[in-house]
Amino acid sequence: MSELLPEFEFVRPKTIEEALEVFKAKPQSRFCAGGTDLVVNMRRGFVDLETLIDLTSIPGLKNIDFDQGGLHIGAGVTLRTLTENSQIATIFPAVAQAAGSIAGPNHRETATAAGNLCLDTRCLYLNQSHWWRKSNDYCLKYKGDICHVAPKGNRCRAAFSGDLAPALLVYDAQVDLIGPEGSRRIPLKALYKEDGADHLSLRTGELLISIFVPSNQARSAYEKIRVRGAIDFPLAGVAVSCEDIDEVTYRFKLAITGTNSMPIVIDVPDLTIENTDPDAYFQAMGKLIQKAVSPQRTTTIAPHYRRLSIAALAARIARGLLL
Amino acid sequence: MKRIISLRLNGKPVEDAVSDNTLLIDYLRDNHQLTGAKKGCDGGECGACSVLVNGRPRLSCITLTASCQGNDIETIEGQAKNGILSALQRAFHENLGAQCGFCTPGMIMVAESLLRRNVNPDENEIRQVLGGNLCRCTGYVKIIKSVRAAARMMETVS
Ligand SMILES: Cc1cc2nc3c(=O)[nH]c(=O)nc-3n(C[C@H](O)[C@H](O)[C@H](O)COP(=O)(O)OP(=O)(O)OC[C@H]3O[C@@H](n4cnc5c(N)ncnc54)[C@H](O)[C@@H]3O)c2cc1C
Ligand code: FES
Ligand code: FES
Repeated sequence: MSELLPEFEFVRPKTIEEALEVFKAKPQSRFCAGGTDLVVNMRRGFVDLETLIDLTSIPGLKNIDFDQGGLHIGAGVTLRTLTENSQIATIFPAVAQAAGSIAGPNHRETATAAGNLCLDTRCLYLNQSHWWRKSNDYCLKYKGDICHVAPKGNRCRAAFSGDLAPALLVYDAQVDLIGPEGSRRIPLKALYKEDGADHLSLRTGELLISIFVPSNQARSAYEKIRVRGAIDFPLAGVAVSCEDIDEVTYRFKLAITGTNSMPIVIDVPDLTIENTDPDAYFQAMGKLIQKAVSPQRTTTIAPHYRRLSIAALAARIARGLLL
Repeated sequence: MKRIISLRLNGKPVEDAVSDNTLLIDYLRDNHQLTGAKKGCDGGECGACSVLVNGRPRLSCITLTASCQGNDIETIEGQAKNGILSALQRAFHENLGAQCGFCTPGMIMVAESLLRRNVNPDENEIRQVLGGNLCRCTGYVKIIKSVRAAARMMETVS
């Protein structure tokens, strides 16, 4: 028998209201969608819960809709569904590419869009067995006093490693939340904070119910640096979108995952072909990215390599999006 | 907390009292002695524990049994019918698709769900679909060959 999961109660509400009610009645609850992050972390022993609220039987969370304003992705849409949707692949390529690069095909059967956006942060000193972490005196993220990555610092440096967030950020996506204090729509960017131990701005008991991606004509792409071709978190990942402002001007948006405790958006100046040398422009873009990201010793691969390679990858993708 | 779970297991209805924190892999192996699905990494990384839930691949080491209420679960043990191996089992046997065999039940179940959807997948599709299943022995070449051979057998039959 496997190492047992701690005791908890499994509850499967049929509606959003019911899910919120359960959370209110049992505050030591956690929401669970595909469970491909949460259950793994429970098995590693750094998630405490008394009640697991399984969201998979709430029908309203599983829809993908296009309307005049844009694309609506239900929180519970699986990554397989996202990857296989040909309209998304055509209109928002980075989103489909990012979804298709997450974990492996077996995970993507159940893993969801919201679960990916709310993915816990990751670190070499955290994603280990309980006995390993215990023998290392735990860490700032769970039960310990120091961050082994940056022992002199005062915050947890675990990295946000979700692939979907950057792809949605370059499209200025927003997320719809509902909780004990009511509903709100916030920019996806505002969902995140630069603190590995507390990286989401979700309020207690708040549920992400859908993602809104406003209509957009931009071309886009997502790629990630990783050790294996499948079942691998990004050492760093980058989404780039490119919009034609006029015949000679391009506007790029960049968002990066895996290097900080939150996905980061990097502002770059427009490229005007008439008066800028593209080589110099993309070189400067690379330098800007190197400065903006902050990879730490959270993976087995050196931070410096991740910094240089994500900058080079981003500039290469951006160049490829020019017409 | 325990609850009564009713599901179909390799085509047969079953009902068991199961704790909420029981993982599907433990339920299959301990309650039903279905030890085909393997614990490779025991943490969602290798695919050795893959079974089919409602015809689709699922990692049983990170699936809660309670979440499978009413579902149709298939394991490697249900693949041979009346003592006759399935096309994939036969093809893995004939093409040396298995060496130590630890990854094989997972490989076959995931490939089975592919061949049910598409009886003539190309190599790229086979590679994509099996991308979540690790094998430390074969180097994958013979696994892919086995899946292609099974596809040909199935096509000939249909
Ligand atoms: C071997 C392996 C490889 C992986 N590789 C990758 C990878 O390459 N890239 C990547 O991004 N991820 C990867 N993952 C992590 C995970 O599979 C994905 O991030 C997946 O999308 C998580 O979705 P889920 O539905 O399974 O989330 P769950 O595990 O169900 O939940 C994750 C978190 O989100 C919260 N949550 C879920 N739904 C909601 C909601 N509606 N509202 C509020 N909170 C919610 C949960 O409480 C939990 O904290 C990998 C996992 C494994 C095991
Ligand atoms: S044992 Fe389940 S994925 Fe490895
Ligand atoms: S045959 Fe040994 S792991 Fe695949």
